[in-house]
Amino acid sequence: MATTNSATYRKTILAAALAAAACLSILTGSASAQGELRFCLRSEPKTFDPLKVEDDASVVVRYLTGGVLLRMNRQTQALEPELAQSWKVSKDGRQITFQLRSGISFSDGTPFSAEDVAYTVQQLMDPALHSPTGDAFRSGPGNVDTKIISATQISITFPAPVAGLDRQFDQVAILSAHSGRKEMAVLGPFMMADYKAGATVLLKRNPNYWKSDAQGRKLPYLDSIRLDIQPNRDVEMLRFKRSEIDLINSLDSEYFDKLAATSPQLVHDAGPSLDSEQMWFNEVAKSPLPQYKKNWFRSANFRRAISQAINRDDLARVVFRGHAQAAIGPVSPANKFWFNARLKPETYSPDAALKALQGEGFRLENGTLKDKDGNEVLFSVITNSGNKYRERMATMIQEDLQKIGIHVNVVTLDFPSLIERMTQTFDYEAILLGLTNVGLDPSEQMNVWLSSSENHQWNPSEKSPETPWEAEIDRLMRAQASSADAQKRKESFDRVQEIAVEQAPFIYLVNRNALSAVAASVQGASPVILVPQTYWNVERLAVK
Amino acid sequence: MKPWRTNFWRTLACAVLLLVVGGSLAANWLAPAGYAHQYREATDAAPSRAHWLGTDEIGRDRFARVLYGTRISLLLAPAAALLSTLMAALVGGLAGYMGGAWARAAMAVTDLFLSLPWLFLLITVRALMPLNVSPLVSVLVTFLMLGLLGWTSAARVLCSTAGSLRESDFVRQARASGVRGARLFWIHVLPNLKPVLLAQFWISIPVFILAEANLGILGLGVAEPMPSWGSLLRELEGLISVGEAPWKFVPLILLVVVVTSFQLMLSKQEQAAA
Repeated sequence: MATTNSATYRKTILAAALAAAACLSILTGSASAQGELRFCLRSEPKTFDPLKVEDDASVVVRYLTGGVLLRMNRQTQALEPELAQSWKVSKDGRQITFQLRSGISFSDGTPFSAEDVAYTVQQLMDPALHSPTGDAFRSGPGNVDTKIISATQISITFPAPVAGLDRQFDQVAILSAHSGRKEMAVLGPFMMADYKAGATVLLKRNPNYWKSDAQGRKLPYLDSIRLDIQPNRDVEMLRFKRSEIDLINSLDSEYFDKLAATSPQLVHDAGPSLDSEQMWFNEVAKSPLPQYKKNWFRSANFRRAISQAINRDDLARVVFRGHAQAAIGPVSPANKFWFNARLKPETYSPDAALKALQGEGFRLENGTLKDKDGNEVLFSVITNSGNKYRERMATMIQEDLQKIGIHVNVVTLDFPSLIERMTQTFDYEAILLGLTNVGLDPSEQMNVWLSSSENHQWNPSEKSPETPWEAEIDRLMRAQASSADAQKRKESFDRVQEIAVEQAPFIYLVNRNALSAVAASVQGASPVILVPQTYWNVERLAVK
Repeated sequence: MKPWRTNFWRTLACAVLLLVVGGSLAANWLAPAGYAHQYREATDAAPSRAHWLGTDEIGRDRFARVLYGTRISLLLAPAAALLSTLMAALVGGLAGYMGGAWARAAMAVTDLFLSLPWLFLLITVRALMPLNVSPLVSVLVTFLMLGLLGWTSAARVLCSTAGSLRESDFVRQARASGVRGARLFWIHVLPNLKPVLLAQFWISIPVFILAEANLGILGLGVAEPMPSWGSLLRELEGLISVGEAPWKFVPLILLVVVVTSFQLMLSKQEQAAA
């Protein structure tokens, strides 16, 4: 009996303790905290300093921990106030004034004020720091001037107009000017709790996070987020199937279909993303290619004919299993504001392509296309080895072009060799690669479109524009970058898109769809096309 | 019983190899659609009467690709093995026969080659190759490189064997009888190296087949649209997709069967070498 009494006593104590804990949690408001969200980082974060972030894994950590003045709503693509209640950009696009929220504290308890914003901007623009985030603000020589008007008001003036100035602040996580442990003081929904190199990053909810939901419950709902470092996509998929992780972003179309076959409710196809796959020819005058090939590649009619002879719908349907759209131009239709809706998809027509080439003096002889000097039209397309989608696209393009007598050699190279040929030796004929667009604003593509840029892939670092249309693109890109009038900027960039389609320096192939998987246990998820697809509203996610 | 069993397995291995080689040589007749044609309306299809092993991700007939891939891997691997064996005979055999400083120098070169990270070397060579080479040239260069780099282990074995032959009684007797130089090597040493050379040749074939398969998995080696066992094995990369399509294992099974057959064929030569 003594034993039974003792056990009963222990059970009573336990029940009382659980009830007390439940009451306490309701009283303190932590009843809203719901579970741990787990997903994979595909590489090790290279830094936890939000200003030095460059790699994808670090971007994830910054998104989850950093508090920003303004945030672009990933669903509506509209800019929304966060730590700043309101903001105003001057007409000349050089100055932005923020009205900050009051009564907000960093995760370590230090109060947030305009001084923190000024400190962050100074750090961001410090040339010694080489902040990749800061590069977007470096529009001209000179210093950035920060003027603290009051504890909740600050004005920042740049030496030259910054294109899409307010949108750039979406990437700027505010640092604490006064905290003794700056790396631990954050304003975002989560804060760093633990990091095991090569294994996990554990984030805990920020107890001082300033947001509440409509019912007055403190956000975020989640207790913690566990980020497992896992570069292998197969393993990531297996772990998702075993319910060891809750989310997968940028799911492969092959895995998407496999998962959809068994659990259609877990997969989400948000439609075309900003990412594009494209091919371009080497137009570098000093490249070691024979002159007749240079002449082909520098001819817009040749490039357009090639573009016309590629069956993009087949690429989207076969290579990406229908989870991609034939690309129209440099901007994906997913970019709601900046996409030029006047552009129409290229019509696949090998006959029209052949006719256009014949108009240029090419002729078909025994199934082989020859130029007017009798040179067989033959070129190689390089892509990076190990990327099965690009290899398949290249093989399909090989067959498409064979129909008009063009012989294509598909070459897969390791990435460093490919980059060396692309940027140093210019010893290539055509390259097939992808472009991952994170931002919506065209100013983020300045480095691709300006003819003087190193990333002007088809003909980098031109001393002066080598063609009239490149000069026109330079002018339009500079015009849009220096204007604060969104409509004028749009007009300029619309014309850039039209020139890009007319001249075809890039042959845009497909825009991949934004595919993701979300476990049934995750509540509140609404995957979108923009990064981070599945957890853009992380503060409102919960795990059952 | 044991000799009967040995003969049985060797005969079976020989029959399998003949069947595989015969099938691959008859590819034009057995798979008239060819290895490159893309049936884009029937991609990643299951086996059917039209496509006995289904189609790959871009709709190419997998049976045709297996046959043509077998032809390439199985005909070029012996060529590479022959090249590497000849080089091994030249370097290792002569070094062992001559002995002394020659042997030390030759073995130092061999060790140097052995220490090279051949995979990176192959990647470098592929990166340095002209881009506009046809798939056929690409496959020839791949196997040529494998042959040129794969002679080192065999050279060490041959050096050791030739060294012991040099000190053998019959060579001493021949030397005492006035036989010297190339004649001595050609008439008395080389015939006795023959079993070892044959053994090395047979060993090298499956090694090169596997090496090309590994290169194919890395995206190197044979260029599209030409198939090889390496490129066919790349379909097995995805852990998840393979289980639902067991027919994708056919190239792997074929590779295992062929490599095993070579090993079974080899045993007699190995015994002779021993």
